[in-house]
Amino acid sequence: MKISIASGKGGTGKTTLATNLSAFIAEKNSNIVLTDLDVEEPNSGLFIRGELTHSQDMYKMIPEWDKDKCVLCRNCQNVCKFNAVIMMIDEVIVFDKLCHSCYACSELCPQNALPMQPRKMGELKRFKYKNLHFVEGKLNIGQEQAVPLIAQTLDYVDNNFPENHLKIYDAPPGTSCPVIEATKDSDLIILITEPTPFGLHDLKLSVDTMRKLEKEFIVVINRHGIGNANVEKYCKKEKIPVVASIPNSKKAAQAYSHGNLLYKVIPEIKTEIKKVADYIETKMVKM
Amino acid sequence: MKEIVVISGKGGTGKTSITASFAYLAKGDIIVADCDVDAADMHLLLKPDFAHQENFYSSEIALINQDICTKCGECKKICRFDAICFDKQYKVKPLACEGCGYCANICPVDAITMEKQNDGDLFISTTKVKSTMVHASLNIGAENSGKLVAKVKSTAKEIAKKDKKEFVLVDGSPGIGCPVVSSLSGADYVVLVAEPTVAGIHDLKRVHQVVKNFNIKSGCIINKADLNKEKSQAIKQFLQKEDILHITDIPYDENFTKSMTEGKTIVEYEDKALSSTIKSSWNKITQLAKIKK
Repeated sequence: MKISIASGKGGTGKTTLATNLSAFIAEKNSNIVLTDLDVEEPNSGLFIRGELTHSQDMYKMIPEWDKDKCVLCRNCQNVCKFNAVIMMIDEVIVFDKLCHSCYACSELCPQNALPMQPRKMGELKRFKYKNLHFVEGKLNIGQEQAVPLIAQTLDYVDNNFPENHLKIYDAPPGTSCPVIEATKDSDLIILITEPTPFGLHDLKLSVDTMRKLEKEFIVVINRHGIGNANVEKYCKKEKIPVVASIPNSKKAAQAYSHGNLLYKVIPEIKTEIKKVADYIETKMVKM
Repeated sequence: MKEIVVISGKGGTGKTSITASFAYLAKGDIIVADCDVDAADMHLLLKPDFAHQENFYSSEIALINQDICTKCGECKKICRFDAICFDKQYKVKPLACEGCGYCANICPVDAITMEKQNDGDLFISTTKVKSTMVHASLNIGAENSGKLVAKVKSTAKEIAKKDKKEFVLVDGSPGIGCPVVSSLSGADYVVLVAEPTVAGIHDLKRVHQVVKNFNIKSGCIINKADLNKEKSQAIKQFLQKEDILHITDIPYDENFTKSMTEGKTIVEYEDKALSSTIKSSWNKITQLAKIKK
């Protein structure tokens, strides 16, 4: 089973839920892998400080101009929709950052003068923390496109962990392409939000996104007790299950600031994390 | 005209609450631009009137004309994004299509056309403090390539020039990718809003690398500073090492959330220590933005 933890707004507790939930489940079930897909700012690894077992560079494919073969026909520039390949008077320039690796310029070049070459865009690391497997994708600074690295990190997890493993993904924030890529193969999405106007506004965007993707989703409220009851009212009206409400406390904020797992130090939070774990277990039995 | 951009790398550090407070204090003297187009929230505090709205088109997606299609399957073979599926007929999955146009290019019977997508909306509004605000909403699943961010910024700058305003205040995007790069491009001063947590420090360091590439002057506000004194100290050491001005510390204060819950900026909600810290920070920032590089 694949579960993504997502939110419209950043800073609502995606990483907190992903790490606490995964570590909690791993106490009894060793067939679980947590993957950080927030490749621009991956933070799960700050809370799951496991032993590094594998590390590899991640590449995206970029066309590289072969001066000797090129006859300056300008076909590459004409086919590129992203202005990533430009022909100057007597040379072709490729702008890596604009390239979407669609291969059109390369495969449609009549002279084979733009072969695709790997270019490093980030790293993938694999850790083991007690029973828990943890995989992290991290985008290099200066790289602007998160989607290719998210896609390859997902492929790595699919190819390296058996079907029967519970796969939990810490998704990037927002409602645009990176979160679509991260959640598109998930069986269940957990949307985490805060009971505030910002939280509610961004939750509605996430709900619209998940409905458009035709995904099954549930809500977990973080920092419950601050703000107002409008998130709960909205979920009730929309018939969205609110599976857990993690209570707000300065103690939790402090434990978080140190990089500690909250369920280990705050019993009230453990109760709520267990509710989410139980919900998942029921779902897995049915699958 | 000077452009001040507020960013944070990590979400939830208080970036939007602080930016909206600055906007409230500056009243009509500035143009406000909300460049967090993926999850724009500043309008919840500044209450713009959405007076002017325009559709924003930038990307394209492929469309297969079933009357012409001969089901040869070439399009599916060459697509690198698995955006074409087959179920009795070949179809494009709109959320997966990158708009590269490769399929349209090679279709032997020209059955595929590229259709312009409405990626979102751009708004020009008057806020509750009578300033002009440019903001946007990105459609679900649209490519956040930074183009809408760039459009919000360029619109705000044009208005600032026309209305002879001294500052454009930008609420920037999260992360380190295209949207934040678009937010930063052309800025005169960057305000980093950080929090003293392991994740906050990690993300501050990454986003600072991006700012550094632009060679823009920057200052940092440490929000929730008393939450973890040791991490606060670590941030200060980092700022000193990287020659980033430490603008101020803001204590952990649930008034941030309480004011937001009432749809107010912090400076409207409480008129004590917190507000005066934010006021003096804004004065400092405007002075710093005016200094030449």
